Amino acid sequence: MKASTSARSIASWALAILAVFSGLAFSGLALALEWNLQPAGSKLAADIHNLHEYVMILCTVIFVGVFGFMFWACYAHRKSKGHKAARFHENTTVEILWTVIPMLILVIIAWPVTKTVIAQKDTSNADITVKVTGYQWKWRYDYLKGEGEGISFISTLSTPRDQIEGRAPKGEHYLLEVDNEMVVPIGKKVRVLTTAADVIHSWWMPVFGAKQDAIPGFVRDLWFKADKTGTFRSQCVELCGKEHGFMPVVVKVVTREEYSKWAGDRMKLIAAAADDPNKQYVMDELKKRGEQVYAKNCVVCHQATGKGTPPAFPPLDGSKVVTGPKEKQIETVLNGVVKDGTPTAMVAFGKQLNDVELAAVITFTRNNWGNKTGEAIQPAEVRALRK
Amino acid sequence: MSAVVDSPDHAHDEHGHHGGYGGIMRWITTTNHKDIGTLYLWFSFMMFLAGGVMALVIRAELFQPGLQFVNPDFFNQLTTMHGLIMVFGAIMPAFVGFANWQIPMMIGAPDMAFARMNNWSFWILPFAALLLMLSFFMPGGAPGVGWTMYAPLTVQMGIGMDLTIFAVHLLGMSSIMGSINILTTILNMRAPGMTLMRMPMFVWTWLITAYLLVATMPVLAGAVTMTLTDRHFGTSFFNAAGGGDPVLYQHVFWFFGHPEVYIIALPAFGVISQVIPAFSRKPLFGYASMVYATTTIAILSFLVWAHHMYTTGMPVTGQLFFMYATIVIAVPTGVKVFNWLATMWQGSLSFETPMLFACGFLFLFTLGGFTGLVLSLVPIDIQLQDTYYVVAHFHYVMVAGALFAAFAGIYFWLPKWTGRMYDETLGKWHFWLTIIFFNMIFFVQHFLGLAGMPRRIPDYPLMFETWNKISSIGAFGFGLSQLLFLYIVLKAIRSGEKAPERPWEGADSIDWTMLPTPAPYHTFETPPVIR
Repeated sequence: MKASTSARSIASWALAILAVFSGLAFSGLALALEWNLQPAGSKLAADIHNLHEYVMILCTVIFVGVFGFMFWACYAHRKSKGHKAARFHENTTVEILWTVIPMLILVIIAWPVTKTVIAQKDTSNADITVKVTGYQWKWRYDYLKGEGEGISFISTLSTPRDQIEGRAPKGEHYLLEVDNEMVVPIGKKVRVLTTAADVIHSWWMPVFGAKQDAIPGFVRDLWFKADKTGTFRSQCVELCGKEHGFMPVVVKVVTREEYSKWAGDRMKLIAAAADDPNKQYVMDELKKRGEQVYAKNCVVCHQATGKGTPPAFPPLDGSKVVTGPKEKQIETVLNGVVKDGTPTAMVAFGKQLNDVELAAVITFTRNNWGNKTGEAIQPAEVRALRK
Repeated sequence: MSAVVDSPDHAHDEHGHHGGYGGIMRWITTTNHKDIGTLYLWFSFMMFLAGGVMALVIRAELFQPGLQFVNPDFFNQLTTMHGLIMVFGAIMPAFVGFANWQIPMMIGAPDMAFARMNNWSFWILPFAALLLMLSFFMPGGAPGVGWTMYAPLTVQMGIGMDLTIFAVHLLGMSSIMGSINILTTILNMRAPGMTLMRMPMFVWTWLITAYLLVATMPVLAGAVTMTLTDRHFGTSFFNAAGGGDPVLYQHVFWFFGHPEVYIIALPAFGVISQVIPAFSRKPLFGYASMVYATTTIAILSFLVWAHHMYTTGMPVTGQLFFMYATIVIAVPTGVKVFNWLATMWQGSLSFETPMLFACGFLFLFTLGGFTGLVLSLVPIDIQLQDTYYVVAHFHYVMVAGALFAAFAGIYFWLPKWTGRMYDETLGKWHFWLTIIFFNMIFFVQHFLGLAGMPRRIPDYPLMFETWNKISSIGAFGFGLSQLLFLYIVLKAIRSGEKAPERPWEGADSIDWTMLPTPAPYHTFETPPVIR
């Protein structure tokens, strides 16, 4: 008896400690508790959520039932209450029962799930096809087929470093905001092809129940059909290196009219903003443009100070390559750095940026921080070194 | 064999009869299964603390949004090393330690079959651990690729990746040698009358686990070796540009990785199958069906690897096959749970610390089993893959499953091993603190996963803040509670009350009934005859 009283007092003490700790945890926090799947934005996602609920209810009922037995045994069949142990230790009938009944329950679960699996895999007859390419650490969207064909842009985290490093208050969509959102029309079947340029990434849009790994060298696909408008946010879900936590996926669902307008505007913008690779640019133009390119593509590794984070990410400030002959630097940025036959995090930017952007960013690095080469690199020079 | 003449008086003090060496040399040269078991267990505990400290740094960083303590690169290194150290350094060696101590005593053998190889299979481990730890100090640090080491991210890593690959090779060698030893011991060294179907359940689970290890560790070695040659020798196993496939790595890894889950879980089942009957004072219910269920689980574990890969994009038939195969595992696992409950039913239960941990195991492991069922269903898994739901799920299996079983085993057998009792009140404190803080860490992570928080991220959107705070506080409580465990064990060894010959009257395997307490340095000089 004494043992069980002490056990009970220990348990109640422990619970009291838990209460204090969770009290501490809750105090001073905004209690916007997200604890279930995000509201569905497509029929497929709604089906998945219903399945989840169905399975959870089944599991909970079984769990409570089974452990009802355990707790009853713990309560009623204890030695301290003078319960004498029975000696039975075998019964073929119950063994068969508790093999067959779970089997039947599993069949009940598997049947509706199978239907959803098949529906989820059916990517045929899409209205719009978009290729999504994962890069370290951003997404590129290419509209391949359907309305908006030809649109192409890169989508990068737009949360400022100051917020991440705690020098500025965090905004509402902290880590879930990008410069260019993927835009799709409501009610149209969108097929997304995923692939990657460097390592495996994973594109996920929970409101549509859509997730697919993006695998370098291979193309996979998924589909969704949005049934409500709005901006939906998520993140890369496959560990892809240092900035894995900082490459959001943002999809904006709009009405069909808005989509047509967006696609039209985008096309005009592309035409108007096309960089003229034959123009001669002056130093200030290049430096200004280069600073923007640097902030989007280079800063996470080489840092705003140009000091990098050696040894993995070398400094540019005072670097031999950046202050030496320009051809060597242009080639490095164009083709990336390959060490011992394997590519490094310094990828071939020639595939991601155009000649003007490359000329600008190279000019910027050669004339910023302590680097004072005084050279303005022209797009034509970059083009000449492309293979 | 060291030429040692056992003195019939087993109770006398250390040294003197431990093979001629004293001090540190005793431990380096020992071929005694009990010494080696002790080494395994202490090694495992040290690794548990090392991996635990890494987990605490991770949880500290995740206490609030933004980057506070570590940079994203180092964060990835920590998640990688936490996983590798806990799986290969803490949990697996802990159960090999139990196997070394208990198997000879439970089957009436004098020692393990290959005593010298036994020494070697332990002494490889500290070097593997050293390589893992050294990788932090290499240029570029430890690999930041996750414990699964997916290609082609591994190709971008520095020399720390190579050290990790060699460490995995060493760990694999150690496991294979250990398993061969266990297989041979169980199959050849049972006492007369100790038929296979009379073996204690713990021995059965280890027999099956050893087969799993021998079958799968070479596969893991293959996967990491291909990574090594892709990194340095220009091969393209996992590089599409050279005709390879990054997903091939995942197939090979998980062909090892899924049986690995059962390599960890089966010995835990074994411990629980010893503890529950002892404190129910009633024989294990359905012994034969337990053996069949364990075997079935082991066989099925080879057929389900790709359920870790639903989102890599496999054909719908592949998804359906792996889903059905996976949910079928729920059946034999369910049989085991029902048998344990039937063992408790109508027993004469008492709740000393080992039994508390066994009940905690039963309850929480089953909960982890149910989330496993949820994850096995393709459409739901596609929502939850690579989120904190998965993190919560496997910690219910690894911590509330394997670790709780290891605690149950330590409290259960400590009197047998040392001849001294642990402090029961402190043991109960340890249990309640552990189970409460465990749930505080991991239960809320289900919510994080459902709401959409990816795993392995150093910083997170604001909506995940509350659960992360609770989880982090729980983690520190959990970590501190384990220091209490260390204190309890040291206190028992140094100044615990003398244990009676049969501290648990319900425990009836031959290590309790045919050997004195504490167990003599040499087990069964002459084989006992079992009825």
